[in-house]
Amino acid sequence: MENKTFEPKIIAFVCNWCTYTGADLAGTSRMKYEPNVRLIKLPCTGRIDPVMILKAFEKGADGVLVSGCHPGDCHYNAGNFHARRRWIMFHKLLDFVGIDENRLHFSWVSASEGKKFVDVINGFVNKVKAKGPFEKYEKINKEFVING
Amino acid sequence: MKIGVFICHCGENIGRTVDCVRVAKACSFFPNVVHSVEYKYMCSDPGQNMIKQAIKDLKLDGVVVGSCSPHMHEKTFRKAVSDAGVNPFLCEIANLREHVSWVHDDKEVATDKAIDLMRFAVEKVKRNAPLKTIQVPVTKRTLVIGGGIAGIQAALDVANAGYEVVLVEKEPSIGGHMSQLSETFPTLDCSQCILTPRMVEVYQHPKIKLMTYSEVEKVEGFIGNFKVTIRKKARFVDDTLCSGCGDCAIKCPIKKKALSEFDEKLAFRSAIYVPFPQAVPNIPVIDKEVCTYFKNGKCSMCVKVCGRNAIKFDQQDEFISEDIGAIIVATGYKLYTIDKKPEASEIKGYGEYGYGKYKDVVDGLQFERIASASGPTSGEFQRPSDGKTPKKIVFIQCVGSRDESKGFSYCSKICCMYTAKHAMLYKHKVHDGEAYVFYMDIRAGGKMYEEFVRRAIEEDGVKYIRGRVSRIYEEDGKYIVKGEDTLAGVPIQIDADMVVLATAMVAQTDAPKLAQTIGMPYDNYGFYSEVHPKLRPVESSTGGVFLAGACNSPRDIPDSVAMASAAAAKALVLFGSDMLEREPTIAFVNENLCAGCFYCKKVCAYNAIEVKQIKDKNGNVIKEVAFVNSGLCQGCGTCNATCPSKAIELIGYTDEQIYAEIAALM
Repeated sequence: MENKTFEPKIIAFVCNWCTYTGADLAGTSRMKYEPNVRLIKLPCTGRIDPVMILKAFEKGADGVLVSGCHPGDCHYNAGNFHARRRWIMFHKLLDFVGIDENRLHFSWVSASEGKKFVDVINGFVNKVKAKGPFEKYEKINKEFVING
Repeated sequence: MKIGVFICHCGENIGRTVDCVRVAKACSFFPNVVHSVEYKYMCSDPGQNMIKQAIKDLKLDGVVVGSCSPHMHEKTFRKAVSDAGVNPFLCEIANLREHVSWVHDDKEVATDKAIDLMRFAVEKVKRNAPLKTIQVPVTKRTLVIGGGIAGIQAALDVANAGYEVVLVEKEPSIGGHMSQLSETFPTLDCSQCILTPRMVEVYQHPKIKLMTYSEVEKVEGFIGNFKVTIRKKARFVDDTLCSGCGDCAIKCPIKKKALSEFDEKLAFRSAIYVPFPQAVPNIPVIDKEVCTYFKNGKCSMCVKVCGRNAIKFDQQDEFISEDIGAIIVATGYKLYTIDKKPEASEIKGYGEYGYGKYKDVVDGLQFERIASASGPTSGEFQRPSDGKTPKKIVFIQCVGSRDESKGFSYCSKICCMYTAKHAMLYKHKVHDGEAYVFYMDIRAGGKMYEEFVRRAIEEDGVKYIRGRVSRIYEEDGKYIVKGEDTLAGVPIQIDADMVVLATAMVAQTDAPKLAQTIGMPYDNYGFYSEVHPKLRPVESSTGGVFLAGACNSPRDIPDSVAMASAAAAKALVLFGSDMLEREPTIAFVNENLCAGCFYCKKVCAYNAIEVKQIKDKNGNVIKEVAFVNSGLCQGCGTCNATCPSKAIELIGYTDEQIYAEIAALM
């Protein structure tokens, strides 16, 4: 298998109150998980601009994870609903620009769900591993540099 | 910018799996980093002094600490940085413990990840702006939700310190589960005798506004400045006119239609009723579901007998708004029900115990009512089915608790003690009776607790059997309890007259709903989460919201009371100053870019966006732009992501900062 040694780079946009704290709990509980994910802490998933996700792919991420509070549990009342609506609109655009939808994962992980955080991370890392590296944008970048 | 990097080993917690020396070395090559060191305990006094000294010596104007979670020590390091003269918001934390060393085994991989996280933080801090905390006034009034022993204690403590309290209880009376108990372990005090004076004190306290039969409908605002809407449910009795004489309940013709909630459905109550004689306030409510007037308008006996014209069938729910600074949540617990019908059970799997099927298989609270002098049997031990005195009672512990396959993984904490108490009370009244207790382990941690259990075994002759019960069935008027004695290694069978199940303590059914109303976190079981299990056990992560009692996790009366006093103290700390400091990471509008579309206003959950008019020198309005009310903005950043022209930015999490973090991945 060509992907055997492939270690994907994954960026996760997480909210401070639920998923970041859930990740802290996974740590406090000494659960082990795949080391491929780098968390970017935001106050709320409502803060996530779809452009950030495209930017992450452009900068070389093989996968992007978005995770926040469960519906109804948002620390800011409704930020995660906005995130969810944006996601519904956005995943079509993702397809249009040529990014496989499966490279983006959206999930709810609460502050008490350390185990779920681990499962989400491991599941997504394995999924992206199976997909292989995301090279499309790098190729475009290279062409752009050579031609322009 | 001159940035200093400080890597903490956290004893061995980080150092064991992250090569801190290599991380510090790698960081020293990052642009703008002029100083990069590691130390055993960065949060300790010498550690903090290292940071302060480096700031002074090298004139640093940015600091990144690689340590534990920012939720743990961000404040500590920001303060240290501030003490040394650098703006505290120019300090960033990279989480090398919870997110790296504790979750990865491979030292190489973990170290690489740590370096990446440090790079993120360095790139972010470069783009941080020096900020000043926002000052907001504090409303020095407390809302206590729940009028059980924890809510009562918290309300009294805050009120006795001189601050106003609004106590909201959803039931017609305060008192909670404690008012239902017979006697309390380990002193065997009569529960009502120690509780009712407290209830009366609440009722009479000039600083406490008591709102029973009421529920919190809406919570807006933030720490120090909540606006709470409370629904005062219609009692159909005017509480300003009612004298509590009780004639209405006596004359009410509905006698056998409604089961008493207070007596755990072991007795009937009338349609107009006071839950129990010592209720506070002593004002009845009408149960619309069973009242004949509400069914067909044919009866109005209560109206006829009421000498004060207090019955008001047309009463409506009222909504009352209160300005509140601190909220203490003390909503308590319930026992989980294991009905024989699977659809009625919350947890499937204990059908073999026959709860709901056999009248004489009761739960802990029902047994409390049987044992209580104020209960349906006046404290005589009579079994519900035929009123006979049970000669042999089997108590089963851990029904639902400590049982992951059928119930919950946690220990309900109080059952070992109350089962010993039940058996003891029974033996004190029925001397020739036999009491058997099936247990997994006896957990009697607490002052005088272990001694109490020993007394039940040694002095009162309660027979303890270590093992689980597999099945209960009826045969010739007896309940055959089949179980196992795991110490003797033999199967055991007892023909009991009655069975008491120590069912698990669970969160209130509507606990998640209240959590969502307030905007505070709760765990998988529905218990409200504290910020830190050891060091901040009574605070919710939502500012200004404190927790007391069993709504946080199963706990007994002394623990609940202690927690309530602690929560009250936390509210009083908040009231110690007139102004409150808030994080300045809120939205900010670039008026030159703002086109005035006000999408931000539409998505803002706090109504923090206002319309500002830009005028020329003649006072003519040129354009309207968005304006952020800094007192209302909570800094979620939804507006930032929504703004099409990127005119509104969330300070501390600007696009520039986040893109820099993304770029730092490479």
